[in-house]
Amino acid sequence: MTQSDSLSHDAGAEQPEPTGLNTPIERRRFVGLLVAGPTVAAAAWLTRGASTAPAAATPPDQGGAVPANQGWVMPAGEGNVRVTPATPQYTDVHDLEDYLTDLAYPTTHLVKVEVNPDGTVSYQLPRSEVGQGITTAIGMLIAEEMDLPLDKVKVPLSDAKPELMFNMFTGGSNTINSLYYPVRTAAAAAKGALAEAAAAQLGYAADQLTARSGSFNAPDGTFVTYGELAVKAASPRTKPVQVELKPESEFSIVGKPTRRVDALEAVTGRKQFALDLPVPGAKPCMVCRPPTINGKVDTIHNLEAVRAMPGITDVATIASGIAVRGETFGQCIDAVNALQVTWVPGPKAAESDGTVAEGLKTALKAMELQPQPGAEIIEAEFNFAFASHSPLEPNTAVADVKKDRAEIWSALKIPIAAQKEIAKLLGMEMEQVRVHVTTGGGSFGRRLFFDAALEAAEISQKMGKPVKLMWHRADNVRHGRAHPKALCKIRAIVSPETVLGFEQQLVSVRNDLSHGLGDIFTPNRAPSSSGEDVSRWLFLTTQRSAYHFGTTRQYLSGETHASIADHQPGGGFNTGSMRSVYSQQVCTAQELFVDILADKFGMDRLEFRYKFAKLDKLRTVLDKLRPAWRTDLPPGVGQGVAVWLEHKQATACLVELDCRPETVNRQVRQAITGPRVTRAVYATVPGKVVVNPMGMEAQIQGGFLDGVAYALTASLHLEDGHFLEASWDNYAYTRQWNVPLDKLEIHILPPDPMEKPAGQGETAVPVSRAATACAYVRATGQMPSTWPVAHTQPLHFKPYPTVPPLPTS
Amino acid sequence: MPQFSFRLNGEPVTVDVDQNVRLLWVIRDVLGVTGPKYGCGIAVCKACTCHLNGEAFNPCSVRVKDIGPNDEVTTIEGLPATVGKELHPMQEAWLEYDVVQCGYCQPGQIMAAVAKVKELRAQGREITDDDLDEIRNVCRCGTYFRIREAIKSGAKMM
Repeated sequence: MTQSDSLSHDAGAEQPEPTGLNTPIERRRFVGLLVAGPTVAAAAWLTRGASTAPAAATPPDQGGAVPANQGWVMPAGEGNVRVTPATPQYTDVHDLEDYLTDLAYPTTHLVKVEVNPDGTVSYQLPRSEVGQGITTAIGMLIAEEMDLPLDKVKVPLSDAKPELMFNMFTGGSNTINSLYYPVRTAAAAAKGALAEAAAAQLGYAADQLTARSGSFNAPDGTFVTYGELAVKAASPRTKPVQVELKPESEFSIVGKPTRRVDALEAVTGRKQFALDLPVPGAKPCMVCRPPTINGKVDTIHNLEAVRAMPGITDVATIASGIAVRGETFGQCIDAVNALQVTWVPGPKAAESDGTVAEGLKTALKAMELQPQPGAEIIEAEFNFAFASHSPLEPNTAVADVKKDRAEIWSALKIPIAAQKEIAKLLGMEMEQVRVHVTTGGGSFGRRLFFDAALEAAEISQKMGKPVKLMWHRADNVRHGRAHPKALCKIRAIVSPETVLGFEQQLVSVRNDLSHGLGDIFTPNRAPSSSGEDVSRWLFLTTQRSAYHFGTTRQYLSGETHASIADHQPGGGFNTGSMRSVYSQQVCTAQELFVDILADKFGMDRLEFRYKFAKLDKLRTVLDKLRPAWRTDLPPGVGQGVAVWLEHKQATACLVELDCRPETVNRQVRQAITGPRVTRAVYATVPGKVVVNPMGMEAQIQGGFLDGVAYALTASLHLEDGHFLEASWDNYAYTRQWNVPLDKLEIHILPPDPMEKPAGQGETAVPVSRAATACAYVRATGQMPSTWPVAHTQPLHFKPYPTVPPLPTS
Repeated sequence: MPQFSFRLNGEPVTVDVDQNVRLLWVIRDVLGVTGPKYGCGIAVCKACTCHLNGEAFNPCSVRVKDIGPNDEVTTIEGLPATVGKELHPMQEAWLEYDVVQCGYCQPGQIMAAVAKVKELRAQGREITDDDLDEIRNVCRCGTYFRIREAIKSGAKMM
């Protein structure tokens, strides 16, 4: 039978009884769009909405006086400034989230909501919980759809399941976007089956029953619980069913501030991370690493002496160094430091911050936008240092490799990729390698890579024993992955009345994306592949100008340190995407540049953004900053404001920074103090729905403090092939003494109903970093040659030696 | 192998271990009590913060030979028992403010907070913003805002 035959409607023909997966099913709800105009016009709305795609610029009338200006003088004041609509960008209509979600959808039918006889419901989450709160949020979606209390919903993390393909990727803040409909649909289908069975048992039609707190109640007062129905309602065969989701207007759990489901475990110390798991025989294990990044072992001079050290059970040379296994981690640290090794210097042993910066500068391409009559070119360059993800739980993994099988436990954001690479390394088939995903103690992009899992597998195989591998903090910072150093150049074509063009190019040290996205876009490690195309694609699908600046171009022009050798494992710098990836640098450069433009036009920096904003949503969030916005602060104190469009939302942030000597030099015991944020306001118009406002607020608070750190203090200094930072008192992430005394004022505005739902894990970082940077420049009148501010100031610490590799207490 | 004795969460314990092993590894690797977390090993991140005779200390930097049979070590697991409840008021405050994100640093944060409040009480005063600024525990998720609120609230219930 051909396809057209099967679809024909011959009234007389006998239709086969719908069975199993052949059952005809229809999609019932589409959304149309009536388009405003002189006559009736309509369109189908299948993807993103009119609220998102930028219309032709219709800036609000600004009016008002024009402040004094440097440079050329506006002929007739701000009123003459007009907005030139931006040319379209990829991200105006489609982005990384859409991409990831489209890839996740085809295997959503393999992830089940299961009803248990004890009345609980389980969902094996094919994502990684690293603190972002998705086990809570996904639990809330299921509880909502099934009319269950949240504590009846269990959301454990799924083991690696290769059949899920692209649907086991935790990144791009995509979990809510990709699971919002699939999880609700699965939950609604489960509830539908329960309702049908309940109706049969109670003797009423399903629509006469009310579901409440895990049971169905009949009008006569009789009821039956989900637990009692769990087995009875089980379907004997797999079949599709029509599902109608609960209207969002009836949500009573979703949208309500909800505390984390794992909070009690965390505050009692019962929450288990990889190293806390009681895996039989898995003893502590650490690795002695080289003085330079990706150096190699040449000769070990005292192997037997180290083997004989107290508590040490095994010593083995591996690709990345020398592994030691012992009774306690303390004894492993002693053994690592006792090893006398001659090392082959790493491939980047001759590189320092300066040489990398030169490389980036050389790699800059000629800007494309050309001068126009009556307009001038304004240009600026912005440098960014390496930074460390540094989750507080270091790289850890437990591995138990036997001759014919292996079992791995680790916090993994792409467990299928880990399973594949581990199997390859061990010489096994994927099916022989069981990969358990543990809850991670933070990630910030770090756990996209599975270095520790791979290393633990290698060690366990070499030693023939189970191991519990932990990277020392110094190893995490010095040999772990770093967010790549980058250089951003911006050119604008500006006439006295408008911005005619805006071009922003980023050139970056190679960002290693070889982990792929699930199984797709994994740069082939074959010699002909550079991986640069994947980086360009990631840039293209995430970066979006917030402004109507005429001809708009934003692009990753290239990557340095991206030779064939750099792409081999252990080949070049160890890099990896960090929270917000390119957006941190692109937004910061863009907003610093917009301040320059605003000054050029003699306009207030907030008003300038308001006028040139691409979407009304941006004006909505900027309005929330207005009450706090001040330009009359004392010398040494300044405010910065920034906007950004990503993750289906418009965000804005205002930061007030005190850079006066009495603040910068304030004394806190053993602390490097520096400028302090004295006021901060953050506003967002989220996409479609906020599942858990309390979780979202937490992500905004944390993301904000990341932004402050990357603007002011947190960076890595590269010197002679190694990073100088080796501890938490070297790598200056935000500490209590940097936290704004005034609470961060957060405005989560009504969601944009025309947008898709989206996660909140990254979105606060770019605007917070940019606003802090802008505030610093305003307060001090200084534009740092490299961001963060502290990077080019005298080192605030005495670097630890690289040999022996580990600082000791 | 030498034997070392101390009190852990109210119970006497004895371990056979090399005298130089830091207490964090004795607690975690030998005794299997995993509430205290490793974050740096050199007492700067404070993730392993516990109490030694009621005062904050970092077991990552104390050798097992340096404590004695009468020393009382309290980890997060033993904190509620110090007030005879299921949860210490500071833990309650942590739940109230939903402080936790990844949770890795939080046992140390709570132990540090309790010790700080007690230390200030002994000096006859309550916790201020300047005192909060001095808490060195790193939280890489950036839960600092909520930590500050929870400590102020928890202190009132202590």
